[in-house]
Amino acid sequence: MTELLGNSILEICYIAASITFILGLKMLSSPDKARKGNLFAAYGMGLAIVATILFKEELSSDKSLNYILILSGLLIGTLFGTRMALKVKMTAMPQMVSFFNGMGGACAAVISIVEFDHVMHTGEYDLGLMIIIAVGLIIGSVSFAGSIVAYGKLEGKIGDKAIPGGQIINILLLIALVVVGGYLATMPVPTPMILYILLGISLIYGVLFVMPIGGADMPVVISLLNSFTGVAAAFGGLMYGNQAMLTGGILVGSAGTILTVLMCTAMNRSLVNVIIGSFGGGGAAAAAGGEQGTVKEITATDAAILLAYANKVSVVPGYGLAVAQAQHTIHELEQILVEKGVEFSYAIHPVAGRMPGHMNVLLAEADVPYPMLLEMEDANAQMVNTDVVLVIGANDVVNPAAEKDPSSPIYGMPIIKAADAKNIIVMKRSMGKGYAGIENELFFHDKNRMLFGDAKASIQKLIAEVKNL
Amino acid sequence: MDQILNLFYENREFVFLIIVSIFLGIEVISNVPAVLHTPLMSGANAIHGVVIIGAIIIMLEADPTNYLALILGFFAVVLGTLNVVGGFVVTNRMLEMFKKKDKK
Repeated sequence: MTELLGNSILEICYIAASITFILGLKMLSSPDKARKGNLFAAYGMGLAIVATILFKEELSSDKSLNYILILSGLLIGTLFGTRMALKVKMTAMPQMVSFFNGMGGACAAVISIVEFDHVMHTGEYDLGLMIIIAVGLIIGSVSFAGSIVAYGKLEGKIGDKAIPGGQIINILLLIALVVVGGYLATMPVPTPMILYILLGISLIYGVLFVMPIGGADMPVVISLLNSFTGVAAAFGGLMYGNQAMLTGGILVGSAGTILTVLMCTAMNRSLVNVIIGSFGGGGAAAAAGGEQGTVKEITATDAAILLAYANKVSVVPGYGLAVAQAQHTIHELEQILVEKGVEFSYAIHPVAGRMPGHMNVLLAEADVPYPMLLEMEDANAQMVNTDVVLVIGANDVVNPAAEKDPSSPIYGMPIIKAADAKNIIVMKRSMGKGYAGIENELFFHDKNRMLFGDAKASIQKLIAEVKNL
Repeated sequence: MDQILNLFYENREFVFLIIVSIFLGIEVISNVPAVLHTPLMSGANAIHGVVIIGAIIIMLEADPTNYLALILGFFAVVLGTLNVVGGFVVTNRMLEMFKKKDKK
């Protein structure tokens, strides 16, 4: 085969792959076509990978070791990737996505390191290439370290730790990244030492940047890290003048940014605010929680009666539902109540849970019908006519302080207006605070009753009681 | 200054492609419903696994006697594949659940 023919086929495959990425993403935005879109993009990716192996370089015997390593790497990655993706529980989805994202970031960082080594041997480098190598390394490693910390946090292995003076350290690290990166790019003869220093700073920054971010802000961070890896992949594309990598990477980078902005809007906070001013440490919030009413408890029996004789019931799910893995149990309760003629719906806050759309996926797993899932505006509009609102493992997204208390760190965030309903039942393990670390006035509300205990166990009790009625 | 201008001029087609892609990305997902936020993010996550192509290219470029490059490149291929395959399979699993319900 002539080289021209091979190269042309390769470029055509890359163009085809780029098209599948664009169409795939487009289809992922519409419920009927989403699955097809994902498969479509996957086929495009497969095509690009196979074409690269076959046509990128003339097959030669002296590189057989390289080919063996590539194929075994693909095989190992595929085996482990498939296994992990099939085994993971739906409740652990945010950390899985975060983990895969970290792998992509690490891949981009390693590519920069090897390419650096390669051009040091050949001597073919210029300012442009060194900038690309440096930026690819920085973004890839920040994304890797950040994603792994996010993974650890979601797994509950790492707590939210605010390092004293963390903001200043982070700003200094950012400056260091720019300075060292710039130095590496402009050195007449770049040295590996500077490259490794840059790698080290990037990894530390990635860790420190995600470390203090609270659980409630996780949807923003995961989405942001996702777009980071996209940008890192795009830099890989620039490195090799590869259009498929470039379009794929940039598409994800900009789509991820939009999703990040959507999440921030849902919380009425700016991106800078999420990254710099982490939740939790706010002293003003703690002080504001001074005046407390009394909390009224409710027994499972009374709660069951309230639910069974209501006309309209709405459930506000939160991360607690995912932790307790109560999605199937609540669906069971929903079915029983619907049979009894209760109008049932779920009020989904855009940032409930730990990743964008987390509650939707969770409830979809339990086979909850689509039309029952209401977005915040619709849910709020119906709240006045709702007899009982059942808050399960959600806290900040129903906190009235977001509307009333300007000193609250979540002030201005649109909430689900549970207090508009006739009765409120809050299911909680204890009187602990939400991830934002602030008191929730709703718990002391006249209409509210608390049902303490593990969400799953409590719902099971409710099911038993409703059946006995 | 000349160096920077030169850099821009040599890469002008890429600059163009990047800018168009950014707008395309924004345009493509701007109307996504909240139900699909997770699969969209997860699908996008799989797509940036395209970085695997870069990993394959460094492996093809590598001198077969440069073991450091080969080992690192091998890791890059494994990591990239994890991202691609894991990402697409997880997304497919999520979307499968959505699909099941349409039939009911």
